[in-house]
Amino acid sequence: MNISAHMIIVLTVVSLFSGLSLVYMNEYAEPLIKINQEKAMKEAIFKVLPDAKDVEKIEQDGRVIFKTVNEAGELVGYAFVAEGSGYQGIIKIMVGINPELEKLTGIDILESVETPGLGAKITQDDFKSQFKGISVSPGIEYIKAKKPEKPNEIQAVTGATVSSRSVVNILNTTVKEIKEIVKKIEPSGEGENE
Amino acid sequence: MSSVRLYTEFFKGFWKDNPAFRQLLGMCPLLAVTTSVLNGISMGIAMTFVLVCTSIVVSLIRKIVPNQVRIATFTIIIATFVTIADLFLKARFPPISKALGPYIPLIVVNCIILGRQEAFAKKNPLGRSFLDALGMGFGFTLALLLLGAIRESLGSGSILDIQILGTWFEPWVIMILPAGAFITLGFLIALMNLIDERLKKAA
Repeated sequence: MNISAHMIIVLTVVSLFSGLSLVYMNEYAEPLIKINQEKAMKEAIFKVLPDAKDVEKIEQDGRVIFKTVNEAGELVGYAFVAEGSGYQGIIKIMVGINPELEKLTGIDILESVETPGLGAKITQDDFKSQFKGISVSPGIEYIKAKKPEKPNEIQAVTGATVSSRSVVNILNTTVKEIKEIVKKIEPSGEGENE
Repeated sequence: MSSVRLYTEFFKGFWKDNPAFRQLLGMCPLLAVTTSVLNGISMGIAMTFVLVCTSIVVSLIRKIVPNQVRIATFTIIIATFVTIADLFLKARFPPISKALGPYIPLIVVNCIILGRQEAFAKKNPLGRSFLDALGMGFGFTLALLLLGAIRESLGSGSILDIQILGTWFEPWVIMILPAGAFITLGFLIALMNLIDERLKKAA
């Protein structure tokens, strides 16, 4: 047989088998991957809004906001993903905020590539728990090497000021945006269960 | 080639021709993912799976693939199995898939796999190719495991996330940074050479 024809036939047949098996694999994996992603997202939401039992996804102005309610159907707060640059790369944070949009209920770092042993400490509970109940107006601030006194202060991780500052900045910028958007969605809805 | 015993074909990947310590192949995943034992093992298993499957297929079709397009054919086969492994991990073990990040898709360009096809599977029968791939895969997994264990225990004071060193231990952060990977690899290769030399003298 002609060598060119031989090459074409072999490559075609191999590619065909490759394509078929990938289609088959994708059929199996795709729904599972989708479920995993949704589950991971929900888990992160429930972590930052511990009272939440059910989640409603709202899309507005290119932002996704998760409105959460407790067992009785009362509003417990909103969750959203805040994103910005850290010391080495993008930091992605799941943020929970109370219905009045004044206090954070918690944060969880979804993705980060900070320096192991230093900046990576922002993913530890010691750092994250400081944001529980923190006041976001006029804005979160960080202080170094001493205990925070004001309700809007957190203590930066020692040796990782840039990472700590990045988290604070990302939160402040995104919270401001989210406040505007939530006001648009629910002009009179604020504080309905207070 | 065929005079070599079958078990030699399998065991050469562990010590004599260990892909990581002897052939110095696959350095990119070896250095990058071994920050913990679990990452190392997962990477090793994924790699072994791809290597074994590819070697089987390549060995089966070795006589009908024209020499001119063999690399292209091998690459398609490797990429297919890598994608299967990647999708499977994403579907069944999302935390592992997240921890290994881009290093699973990057198995496609891992020189161990293409290397074994070129050096072995394309000219050996199915059984031998299978044993060769399995041995090389296990040898590489062992290397990943060793590196992961040393780096995790010194860098985080734990093995498989279980704390083994007490609170008195201040983790050596450098061990989980890239520099720690190079240092550990250097010491391990030196140790292997030393043992080899001693064995030769003794013999």
